[in-house]
Amino acid sequence: MADHITLQLARYRPEAEVEPSFQEYEVPCREDWVVLDGLNYVKDQLDGTLSYRWSCRMGICGSCGMTVNGEPKLTCATFLADYAPGPVRVEPLRNFPVIRDLVVELGDFMRKLTVVKPWIVRQVEQPLSEGEYRQTPAQMDQYHQFSMCINCMLCYAACPVYGLDPHFIGPAAIALAQRYNLDSRDHGAAERDDILAQHEGIWSCTFVGDCTRVCPQNVDPAGAIQRYKVKAATEWLKGFFLPRGA
Amino acid sequence: MNQPPPYRAFHPRWYRPRMSTWWWLKRRSHVAFILRELSSIFVAWFVIFFLLLVAAVSRGEIAYWEFLSWAARPGTLLLNLVSLSFIVFHAVTWFNLTPQALVVRLRGRRVPGPLIAASNYAAWVLLSALVAWLVLGG
Repeated sequence: MADHITLQLARYRPEAEVEPSFQEYEVPCREDWVVLDGLNYVKDQLDGTLSYRWSCRMGICGSCGMTVNGEPKLTCATFLADYAPGPVRVEPLRNFPVIRDLVVELGDFMRKLTVVKPWIVRQVEQPLSEGEYRQTPAQMDQYHQFSMCINCMLCYAACPVYGLDPHFIGPAAIALAQRYNLDSRDHGAAERDDILAQHEGIWSCTFVGDCTRVCPQNVDPAGAIQRYKVKAATEWLKGFFLPRGA
Repeated sequence: MNQPPPYRAFHPRWYRPRMSTWWWLKRRSHVAFILRELSSIFVAWFVIFFLLLVAAVSRGEIAYWEFLSWAARPGTLLLNLVSLSFIVFHAVTWFNLTPQALVVRLRGRRVPGPLIAASNYAAWVLLSALVAWLVLGG
């Protein structure tokens, strides 16, 4: 294995440039190094002006998502050696405005996330004396997969629908809405339905399926959206054919 | 290249990349996706073709034979062959995707995806056989 690899990093310095350009750096290609290690090497040893986000280094925080050789990836979970002999092209996540170098603007996703109320909504809170809200393993199994989302936004970067129409609520927000809709302790499905049943909600999704393909946590947002579509269509049919209250 | 934008310390200028109209040509799965979307036109064509057939039958025997001779023309045949291939592509890709949309639980356990897809194919074969029996042998 070659002991060095070339990183082609997207640089965007808004004070000096109108659009991003690429800059090349040679970094060690160790077997145990991920792309993020390469970026940290550049920042520490070669060019301190490089900007990028990272935190936990272990696929939990969801901060270090970038485009690696055209694919949305968590750079802490993407090994440099897999791209040997290189070069490795690292760009910011697609479909988001770029603030600087590899840093994107998250505001749109953060706003959409809160709109779908990704927390347990109760109509009536039971008194503390009655203890915790209990749940069987089977009830937890209903939503567990969707609860694995780490908000890394790789699914938004992969989604051509979001790229073409930024009003689309997007894969992770809908998957997280489903995570709470399917939770036996939650009563918020009707409130979330007001958002999800809009055109910018589930019906914008054309089932390209790339969100599920790139998800590092196997959340399957595409599955969550299609399941919600099936449910919404069934509800509509029931309302159409069955008498009220049936 | 234009003049560099003025630097604003606390509100820098964001770079907003634009998606090309031809984004779907870069990846094979995206081409397949666009073809699947396009197949809806051919689904609509088969509905129209079927309605034309029903209308011809309702107008009597001469109209029916005229319809049949029109349907046997090379142009119509070619269009229908292309439509058929798009519809088979649509059905196969759709059936393969159904396990993602349909979660069936039997005795508390989730039915495996391949089994859900297989049940779709089985229903397809059964219905096709029924239609073939009605048209050819019934």
